[in-house]
Amino acid sequence: MTKGLALVNKYRVLIIFAALCLAAGILSDSFLTVNNLLNVVRQVSITAIIAAGMTLIILIAGIDLSVGSVLAFTGAIAAGMITANLPLVVVLPVTLLIGLLFGLINGLFVTRWGIPSFITTLALMVIARGMTLVYTKGYPVVVSNDAFRFIGNGKIAGVPLPIIIMLAVFALMYWVLRCTSFGRYIYAIGGNEEAARLSGIPVNTIKLAVFGIGGLLSALSAIIYTSRLMSAQPTAGTGIELDAIAAVIIGGTSLAGGRGGIVGTLFGALIMGILDNVLNLMNVSPFYQSIAKGLVILLAVLVDSKFSKIKTR
Amino acid sequence: MKKGLFSAITLVLSAALFLAGCGGSGSGDTQQKGGESAQPPAEKKLKVGLSMNTLNNPFFVAVKEGAEAQAKDLGYELVVTDAQNNPGQQLADVENLLQQKLDILIVDPADSDAIAEAVKKANDENIPVFTIDRQSNGGEVITHIGFDAIKSGNIAGDFIAEALNGKGKVVEIQGIMGTNVARDRSKGFNEAIAKHPDIKIVAQQAADFDRGKAMSVMENILQANPEIDAVYAANDEMALGALAAIEAAGRLDKITLIGCDAVDPALDAIRSGKMEATIAEPPYFLGKEAIKTAEKISKGETVEKSVILDSTLVTKENIDQVKTR
Repeated sequence: MTKGLALVNKYRVLIIFAALCLAAGILSDSFLTVNNLLNVVRQVSITAIIAAGMTLIILIAGIDLSVGSVLAFTGAIAAGMITANLPLVVVLPVTLLIGLLFGLINGLFVTRWGIPSFITTLALMVIARGMTLVYTKGYPVVVSNDAFRFIGNGKIAGVPLPIIIMLAVFALMYWVLRCTSFGRYIYAIGGNEEAARLSGIPVNTIKLAVFGIGGLLSALSAIIYTSRLMSAQPTAGTGIELDAIAAVIIGGTSLAGGRGGIVGTLFGALIMGILDNVLNLMNVSPFYQSIAKGLVILLAVLVDSKFSKIKTR
Repeated sequence: MKKGLFSAITLVLSAALFLAGCGGSGSGDTQQKGGESAQPPAEKKLKVGLSMNTLNNPFFVAVKEGAEAQAKDLGYELVVTDAQNNPGQQLADVENLLQQKLDILIVDPADSDAIAEAVKKANDENIPVFTIDRQSNGGEVITHIGFDAIKSGNIAGDFIAEALNGKGKVVEIQGIMGTNVARDRSKGFNEAIAKHPDIKIVAQQAADFDRGKAMSVMENILQANPEIDAVYAANDEMALGALAAIEAAGRLDKITLIGCDAVDPALDAIRSGKMEATIAEPPYFLGKEAIKTAEKISKGETVEKSVILDSTLVTKENIDQVKTR
């Protein structure tokens, strides 16, 4: 009995995911086609990559609200550099570096001055959005560059490149969390920061690195987003932090830190994306769409809190 | 310990907000004094306040730029505020503007109902006020300058009906439902389409006037509907997003695409034959017209109670005649 429940508990995200896919397949003929599934996963990739970074941050009991604005700013900078005819070998690393820098600034405020990440990243969210508007003057930055276009719109062996990038990011994060001491320290810090500190874990360095990764992945996401639209939108990424956080939470990672994992986040992001996709496919009135989305988030979290009381071990 | 830290932060934050509030009115005072001492001896520069609903959207940025250009030509001083789509913020913006001894106030409301209070405040101060783009549902305004969103939707519907010879499957991509413009454009479009019983609207989805969202929404719609003859997007940003999706799906030559606003990238898309039409509601013109109206009011000339600027259909045939600046 308890063993069965524990099993359900372990794979609860997968169960919700499968149920949703089944329902979607029954409700819409167009859902379960290869084309549409690739389409959904490609759309999800932008949020999912950000959610991967968010998972690490939430695992250390932090939060990052600045990801959407960092996405907009780094996207605009990337578009600007391409317009200035800089080669991609320069554009891509510099863009990622700027994202990393934003993440490190977040981390610095959190570790050096002990400011809660909610406040720090809220401030950076507003600042980075402002910087984007200053840089773009409120207009989209349009780019034309075939190599750059390939990142967001190209396919390798029939699989869209954004999906490959996303899977690579998740595989890497899985390895980091499962197989490296860095990953184990992250869980330790999230579980009990004081105990982690006392046992000699370099807490501040780890935290700094985690926020840095969050910023870097925002920039990676920005590159894909900008390439998909072939233009950097000043409003890009508004509200994406909430989608990313929702994906992480639906995926079973605890907001209190220390518990959860990266695989759940991937399915959490897919659940959000499939919801959007199916509601569009079924031509549901936009007025009802957000209600439906909110209800599914509530349901997922409800199931999570109910099951999290059962010990997995 | 943690709780103590949190309440300390709350305290600091509220203190900061309080100080910011004081700082705001303080700087208002100094500007007021500055205005007084500068005004009488030197040239009498007309001071116009422009309270924008948002500057986070190319359409409204162009309104602001048109206004700035015209103000520069006339040698007016123009003070612009950005309410970031927040009616509460806009009320505060207008209050701050009214502290600055304006001659005329122009408002592009974030919300037609909520702006009434701000208009009344200007009325109380006897500062002439008028609205652009969206109307105010209260207070006394001298005039309203804008486009007729229902008519614009009509034009789009008629264009599609004609392009399809009164028969076909149509997709409508809507703006932020809950704003007047999105509502009225959709209403006008559906009115026009309803006249043709053989035209079926197969999908009707919102993409919030956003290019990225429109691309995703259109990708999904394309999956669900193997047959689509025409797409109406309620602004050009969304039309361009839809275009990206349609192009990627290889259905460019089967689908007639019409947007609205006539922004430059959309005009380029029409020239290259990727998009069939848009509707010129050039925001830059609106901004210029607003300042010209301010000039008339300051000279005591009478202005119409309501000025509807022309919305015109732009296609490949007339694209070079259409002026958007």
